[in-house]
Amino acid sequence: MQLTSRAKPVDRKPMTWLERIYLWNIFKGMMITLSHLFKRKATIKYPEEKRSFSKVFRGLHILNRDEEGRERCTACGLCAVACPAEAITMEAAERQPGEENLYREEKYAAKYEINMLRCIFCGYCEEACPKDAIYLSQTFAPANYGRQGFIYKKTDLLIPDPKTDPEGYRKAKGEA
Amino acid sequence: MAEQHIKLPEGSIEKTTTTLNLGPTHPATHGVMQNILELDGERIVSAEQTIGYIHRAFEKIAERRPLYQITPLTDRLNYCSSPINNMGWHLTCEKLLGVKTPKRVDYLRIIIMELARISDHLICNSIVGVDSGAYTGFLYVMQYRELIYEIYEEVCGSRLTTNIGRIGGFERNFNDIAFQKIQKFLDEYPRVLKEFENLFTRNRIFMERTIGAGAISAERALNYGFTGPNLRAAGVDYDVRVATPYSSYGDFQFNIPVGSTGDCYDRFLVRNQEMWESLSIIRQAFEKVQEFKGTEADIYHADVPEYYLPEKKDVYTKMEALIWHFKIIMGEIDMPAGEVYNSVEGANGELGFYLVSDGGRTPYRLHFRRPCFIYYQAYEELIKGAMLSDAIIVMSSLNLIAGEMDA
Repeated sequence: MQLTSRAKPVDRKPMTWLERIYLWNIFKGMMITLSHLFKRKATIKYPEEKRSFSKVFRGLHILNRDEEGRERCTACGLCAVACPAEAITMEAAERQPGEENLYREEKYAAKYEINMLRCIFCGYCEEACPKDAIYLSQTFAPANYGRQGFIYKKTDLLIPDPKTDPEGYRKAKGEA
Repeated sequence: MAEQHIKLPEGSIEKTTTTLNLGPTHPATHGVMQNILELDGERIVSAEQTIGYIHRAFEKIAERRPLYQITPLTDRLNYCSSPINNMGWHLTCEKLLGVKTPKRVDYLRIIIMELARISDHLICNSIVGVDSGAYTGFLYVMQYRELIYEIYEEVCGSRLTTNIGRIGGFERNFNDIAFQKIQKFLDEYPRVLKEFENLFTRNRIFMERTIGAGAISAERALNYGFTGPNLRAAGVDYDVRVATPYSSYGDFQFNIPVGSTGDCYDRFLVRNQEMWESLSIIRQAFEKVQEFKGTEADIYHADVPEYYLPEKKDVYTKMEALIWHFKIIMGEIDMPAGEVYNSVEGANGELGFYLVSDGGRTPYRLHFRRPCFIYYQAYEELIKGAMLSDAIIVMSSLNLIAGEMDA
């Protein structure tokens, strides 16, 4: 049936006697395999050797701090709303006087959990965050013995404090 | 007489055929689908297909989600070519909302969609090889699927479940590394595909294994509702890209490879040929993208403030942008009432999205037209009377992907 003028029949010619003998094809196939012997290996030795990801890779989450070490998250809940997998839960609390060095805004997340078993790493939380607080890092492949361990608490997600651990902070920000 | 412990079904003693469960967790089914085969020796007498093992109720979930949150669901339909599903969904939303995308976005989308088509066909064809006993080709081409995945990674950050693009365009512009990788792919891939063809197309064992297996006539294929490479293998040159050009496919020159008998060998050849055509489309699109100059060269999304998120630096500093940001993320924008059907040429066939909106914030009803689901109906007809090992090869050459079958 012809619907357009662009149809191009595929080549389905019957086998020639050379192809029927098959010896030539064995030789051809073997040559291809042989040529691959001398090519550069396509694999890497994974746990020791790691490939670099793109800058925008969507790996495990981190919660960001500002330069003074204060948590950026203000518990607006936008990441939880945007999450198609409903993996994020949080509880907000009001900043008390004297905690200005801990939290950037007047409201902060007292509890912040991401269920990594539910998470589909779509990156919508990062996109939704209006406070520059949640990011997807380039680390991946978490391992744990139990299911409970996959529910990441705030302590698992927060990046190191630049005042106490400047190196870790820079590394987590992807600058080191 | 002692009581019989094993209660056999009526007539099972006289039965001369064997029942074989091919699936749902059979290593050769490439996905969770069950085929209950009735075998006479090694010949298939009858077959019954069962679906539903990976049903995730996407259509129902979508009824409670704002439009942008449905994109990750479409990733998981045909996971070998998720960008096409994503783009198809965005195009459907844009059709409902009446958004017109700039040419550069169209071309970038075409590059990504054709890359996805190549990766899907690559998997399908090499798996046909694996199922007919040739594992080598599969491993050789896998490296180049990896290169395609790296291009996705550069654009969207993920490899398999891409969630690429947004309503109106892309989430970010393609960077230089992405263009370099596309160029690298264009340079290296023809050699690989040629090598793959050298291994398979004229190989006697492969030819004898696939010629005549699972043949379907054009008429039967149309009656079943076949589309895509499987219909084209039967000899009908129906291609959504040509029949109803979307995303500026009309600007490109390409042919539609058609087969004649609709057997596994034809399907293999059609898919192979389509990869060459896709490659030429990518090349044309790549050239067209390079031609944009000045401000046009930075356009990567349409101007849809109601659905496309404002830039992050505006969100941090401007009130107006922050309000829109909240409104979009929380899905608080009513979409126009109406219904649209939009289809794209998925790697597997016509992938359609039927979206009914009652003017609310979420779809009233959404239906995915999944080509795999339609092919699977014909599976019994294709394998009846064939050998057991043909059943495997027919399954992989129809490119039945369980994620797409069940939605």
